[in-house]
Amino acid sequence: MVDQPYSTVLQQREAATMGMFVFLGTEIMLFGGMFAVALGLRLTHPREFVDSSMQLHVWIGAINTAVLLTSSAAVALAVHAVRARQFRATSVLFVIAAVLGVVFLGIKAFEYATEYREGLLLPPVGVQRLFMDLYLVSTGLHALHVTVGAGLLAAVAAFAPQRATLVENTGLFWHLVDAIWVFLYPVLYLAR
Amino acid sequence: MTDVPINKRADPNDIRDRGLSETPEERASYLRAGHTLRSWFLTTDHKRIALLYLVSVTFFFFVGGIAAALIRIDLLTPEGDLLSNEGYNRAFTLHGVIMVWFFLIPSIPNTFGNFLIPLMIGAKDLAFPRLNLLSWYIYVIGGLCTLFVLVAGGVDTGWTFYTPLSSMFAHGQVVMAATAVFIVGFSSILTGLNFIVTIHKLRCPGMTWGRLPLFVWSHYATSLILVLATPVLSITLALIAAERLFGVGVFDPKLGGDPLLYQHLFWFYSHPAVYIMVLPGLGVVSELVTAAARKRVFGYWFVAGSSLAIAAVGFLVWGHHMFVAGQSMYASAVFSFLSLVVAVPSAVKVYNWTATLYKGQIAIDPPFLFAASFIGLFVFGGLTGLVLAMLAVDMHVHDTYFVIAHFHYIMVGGTVSAYFGALHFWWPKMFGRTYPMVWGRIMALLIYLGFNLTFFPQFILGYLGMPRRYHVYPPEWQVWNVLSSTGASILGIAYLLPFVYLLWSLRYGPPASANPWGAAGLEWTVPSPPPKENFVETPVVDYPAYNYPMEMEEGARG
Ligand SMILES: [Cu+2]
Repeated sequence: MVDQPYSTVLQQREAATMGMFVFLGTEIMLFGGMFAVALGLRLTHPREFVDSSMQLHVWIGAINTAVLLTSSAAVALAVHAVRARQFRATSVLFVIAAVLGVVFLGIKAFEYATEYREGLLLPPVGVQRLFMDLYLVSTGLHALHVTVGAGLLAAVAAFAPQRATLVENTGLFWHLVDAIWVFLYPVLYLAR
Repeated sequence: MTDVPINKRADPNDIRDRGLSETPEERASYLRAGHTLRSWFLTTDHKRIALLYLVSVTFFFFVGGIAAALIRIDLLTPEGDLLSNEGYNRAFTLHGVIMVWFFLIPSIPNTFGNFLIPLMIGAKDLAFPRLNLLSWYIYVIGGLCTLFVLVAGGVDTGWTFYTPLSSMFAHGQVVMAATAVFIVGFSSILTGLNFIVTIHKLRCPGMTWGRLPLFVWSHYATSLILVLATPVLSITLALIAAERLFGVGVFDPKLGGDPLLYQHLFWFYSHPAVYIMVLPGLGVVSELVTAAARKRVFGYWFVAGSSLAIAAVGFLVWGHHMFVAGQSMYASAVFSFLSLVVAVPSAVKVYNWTATLYKGQIAIDPPFLFAASFIGLFVFGGLTGLVLAMLAVDMHVHDTYFVIAHFHYIMVGGTVSAYFGALHFWWPKMFGRTYPMVWGRIMALLIYLGFNLTFFPQFILGYLGMPRRYHVYPPEWQVWNVLSSTGASILGIAYLLPFVYLLWSLRYGPPASANPWGAAGLEWTVPSPPPKENFVETPVVDYPAYNYPMEMEEGARG
């Protein structure tokens, strides 16, 4: 059970969890760069930034926020389940969370399509174009994380729902993906 | 050399027999644990991965060195006769990109850090051995992308990829070069993550934070920067690529974007990256100095804490690269002040090394010579950094050869000296063989002389006003450029020397004992070269770091 450089299971678990937290730190810095760009643009063009933000579909974003928060709740329950050694429940909850992740992606794709039809997604010039570019890059990067996260959740649910540390760390990653959206949503949709 | 005929198999029981091609220690070591290519390319042993890095990093050092040689040959004359303008731009860009991301950043951490951190803290391996191997493969993929850029015509933006040049005007492989740096960044992040967790979780019983070798402390500080700064570079480069490929306009003034925003993001990473490059070198020198003086380090907590202070303050000084870029003068004043502040912990280290050497019984071995040249060149590079941090002076020397000379004193005079110092100090540990001391001393001296001859004239050139990245210059500056190129050829020869005597030592060098320098530290308690599992029994530490016998001073003073 204990792998090469470790002497106890506890030590190995602590190391894995710490590794995940450090990794989450790098993720925060990655999106931090993105948020810094958003702040810079907002400070240079406060009016146009707000005008562009007003055109986004705030309710679609709200629904998506609810979807991700629900999936995070499922992940939190799964972590409780694995600690109580209820591996079936862990598996089911992870699958629910992964499905909600896919639902999020579906709604996001629908939103992009709507914006494209309305001619909103790629306006020809000016700060509005800049705002939409920022919106596309940041939500796209986030969607990439949702895709990876949902894949991980599904894989753990299928193959290793009894490995408590793995379940916890996958859960941590999912919570971070969720938390990033919780910041992206107000910055892009609500800061008006 | 040796009077034993090489083809005669010598007495395998006599470890001192110089004709022996394999010692008992070697037979039991990590070097002989598997002979297949597979056993090297799929290894998870931190020591073997360190050697994989040693080879690949050295390869890129010479690719970057060839680019430097082209630059120095072209600068011999005031006209641009060897390279076209375009070719010259491509030469210095590749020199910068390769030296920064494919040599300096991984050089000491990924070779010596990888090899030594587990040995120094009494661990069997890094916390995530497979991640460590993955990190090397990512490095190699990034390196292949760079070689592709090289073959496909190169880039001409300079290693800094400044917008709007890189995003709107440059032709050449900007996207591919950015991709290469983006990829290699993940290698850095994974290594940093691995080191942090290893140092936290895998210290052997009794190895408290206060007993860690200073090499480990400086790698801990380096890892924090690797993990926190590199992602910002990743997103910045991704934005550049997105701008070139899809017209995303974050840095495009036509859309209301801001080219200067790029400089903020880039230097938010790249100034801390300077400390990624130099902190491991500072750690190496702490080890070399204490081993040469055979004394406990003076002010352990100050040296350890200064590494963390450098890492922290290093995040707050990026604006000193933008004094002439139209930055608010109040911001400039603050950045100028903080840039002076960040010099304090570096100075603390130098004072403590000096105090450690004071009244020590110094052995003038190659590692000490490298450490001494590091200290001298690092102090000079650091002091000229203070000159550049002054707002008024920077107006005069910004983007001139003064800056080039300044950072080469830190990066080449400092880090590369430390790299070779580490190589000479731990070579017997890594390979179980000693090399001829006299050649090590000659190399150290040649590097010191060649280095100063190359880069000191560049301070003068910069002060006279020669801008960086130009290859056509007024004839009155030729003498300084010729001096610099002469020094560079000495430096080039010096860098090639270890290839001869270190490789020679692999087969014909006398076997090294477990502790050839009489140094303190757990890595010297295991055989040279170490066995695959590092420690047969987990060590227990009940003594302080640098447990050298206390100095005789007390008695002598009475
Ligand atoms: Cu700087």
